[in-house]
Amino acid sequence: MKVDPKDVIIDIQHISKSFGDKTVLNDINLYIKKGEFITLLGPSGCGKTTMLRMIAGFTPVDEGTILLEGKDISQVPPHKRPLNTVFQKYALFPHLDVYDNVAFGLKLKKTPKEEIDQRVRKVLKLVSMSDYEDRDVSSLSGGQQQRIAIARALVNQPKVLLLDEPLSALDLKMRKDMQIELKEMHEKLGITFIYVTHDQEEALTLSDTIVVMNEGKIQQIGTPTDIYNEPVNSFVADFIGESNIVNGTMICDRKVRFIGHEFDCVDEGFGENVPVDVVVRPEDIYIMNNLEAAQFTGKVTTCIFKGVHYEMTVVTNEGYEVMIQDYNAFEVGSEVGMLIKPSDIQVMKKERTCNTFEGEMTAEDAVEFLGVEFDCLPQEGLEKGDKVKVEVAFDKVDLMDNLDEGVTEGDVDFLLYKGNHWHLTIKTEYGFNVYVDTNDVWDKNDIVGIRIDKEDIKITKISE
Amino acid sequence: MMKKILAKSYLGFVLVLLYAPIVFIAIYSFTTAKSMGNWTGFTFDLYKSLFTGGAAEVVGGSSPEKVGSLVTALENTLLIALIASAFSVMLGTLAAIGIYNMKTRQKAAVQFMNNIPMLNPDIITGVSLFLLFVFLHISKGYVTVILSHITFCTPYVVLNVLPKLSQMNPNIYEAALDLGATPSQALRKVMIPQLWPGMLSGFILSFTMSLDDFAVTYFTAGSSGLDTLSTYIYADARKGGLTPELRPMMTIIFLLILVVLLLVNYRTFKKTKTANS
Repeated sequence: MKVDPKDVIIDIQHISKSFGDKTVLNDINLYIKKGEFITLLGPSGCGKTTMLRMIAGFTPVDEGTILLEGKDISQVPPHKRPLNTVFQKYALFPHLDVYDNVAFGLKLKKTPKEEIDQRVRKVLKLVSMSDYEDRDVSSLSGGQQQRIAIARALVNQPKVLLLDEPLSALDLKMRKDMQIELKEMHEKLGITFIYVTHDQEEALTLSDTIVVMNEGKIQQIGTPTDIYNEPVNSFVADFIGESNIVNGTMICDRKVRFIGHEFDCVDEGFGENVPVDVVVRPEDIYIMNNLEAAQFTGKVTTCIFKGVHYEMTVVTNEGYEVMIQDYNAFEVGSEVGMLIKPSDIQVMKKERTCNTFEGEMTAEDAVEFLGVEFDCLPQEGLEKGDKVKVEVAFDKVDLMDNLDEGVTEGDVDFLLYKGNHWHLTIKTEYGFNVYVDTNDVWDKNDIVGIRIDKEDIKITKISE
Repeated sequence: MMKKILAKSYLGFVLVLLYAPIVFIAIYSFTTAKSMGNWTGFTFDLYKSLFTGGAAEVVGGSSPEKVGSLVTALENTLLIALIASAFSVMLGTLAAIGIYNMKTRQKAAVQFMNNIPMLNPDIITGVSLFLLFVFLHISKGYVTVILSHITFCTPYVVLNVLPKLSQMNPNIYEAALDLGATPSQALRKVMIPQLWPGMLSGFILSFTMSLDDFAVTYFTAGSSGLDTLSTYIYADARKGGLTPELRPMMTIIFLLILVVLLLVNYRTFKKTKTANS
């Protein structure tokens, strides 16, 4: 997608950042269009706040450049950048009253007194805080303080307004109201908003563009509709909204097999008999009592009323669990038939089909990878010191409650339910990622021992 | 009932013990007897002698030279305390900001080092500073005394300012930069007003520490002839008998401090009252 450079206000090129030996951002590229409401969305620790702080100038850039209207600002100190920030915990100056807080930036710029007066009044009116000029900021409620913080930033007429989870400290009702007001402000002022949040619903409501981030990398950039309907990988599909994510096989163009059945779909170009991830949103599965016309059948196991719709879990005859949302309730235990339209099936390339590690032979029947030594079958033609590629299938990694039984240990970093099993990402003690398919139930941050049977370690020599 | 009376009289007993010496001095500042314990009639003569520098030749008063050097000692004490605590507040505040922004382990190490001079006996601080000045060939006098006082006061300022920093919203400094303040403007317009109460209590603490220091001053003033109140009184007492004018001076100092303390308490009382309402 080509964009007229004149429309780009911020251009982020090859930005990387590490704290100690932890990489927080890894080669980020992103451009932001003038007047856009863009949201950086991701779980905590994904690097979204670091990126915002780099744009504001509080965190120095390790590598790469940030261009503002074509000029490199990566080395410009924060007080010289024409951007303003709204902080998560407001960061108002407690020793100043509302008026002086808002006027702070203008006074520093030696703006004439009448102009300050006029602009402060105007911006306080914009955030509906006109009668609060002389109030002490500590006497205001959280929502009111956040309005003042927004006013304090906007009064300087910044080119870009940066918002770091500005609504996360407010209660739900207040948050919803403020969301609408922020959106209105954005439309009225035409200033570019860069918004950081971990709340996917907030991101979908507010944004023109959403940037989904995870582990220091951009996963997907797109409009809220794009991101919701066509997630590019299982992380995005799982993070945004509710979804059924299962393993599948692309049989040929427009034909995909999953949960034990063949379905028509609209995706092409994956090749033949290629393993894929399949996403179906719970509201996109049609559920009915008619078993004849259905593509697949199953039994309802739970049914919960969610206000507008019912959320049901159905176990198919092949043993897969699917989540379905429908306006009609189906009794628990009843036999139901289901249908999925081709356009509602989202097929995604698998990021990986098995664990691949780099390793080194330490003996004829031992190999070192993940920072520790594993026993393996005797390898012919390989000697101690040979560099090798180690492959382990997802379901061949054993997880132990008892850490002593494992060769190494790690903690559960990410969980994904795939219809009939869990797909886990385990972060090992030496910082490697191991992906595991298991039927056992683990929780996030559980500490597990990791063991791999020697028959399941597949070794190939790396030719030099 | 009996228990209540006992509890109250115990408290009274402790208070009497605490304040008896000061009250004793205050009473005897109104009589001119050379040694305390002899009451030779009520008079303001010692006060007169003190304020006229011994010129008002009162019966039982000291020579003009003696009163003069007492007053000089008081002036020295106040000047040293003022300069030392002012510098300590500046140094200590900046140090606290630096310590606050360190990484956890580094921070713990520096805070530990900051605590040592406070626990270190004065006599050791005094002797080691004395040796340091000899080693560096700095001639002893005003400068060495002030430097030494800054040395032992600064840790107290750090200790008073650090909690104020942790109470502060961590984004406040960044917010000021974000709104266009240079780092030094952000320090002056946002940080200092937030840290002010801590800096003030650090100043008061430093001031009193400097005021009544004897050991460090004694060693770092050397034979320069510089006397503060404490070294003057020490020398005076050794020469046989305290200058009678000391009694009115002590009384006045005590009353001044009492007034300051009452004012501070009254202000905090008023503040908590408005905060509660």
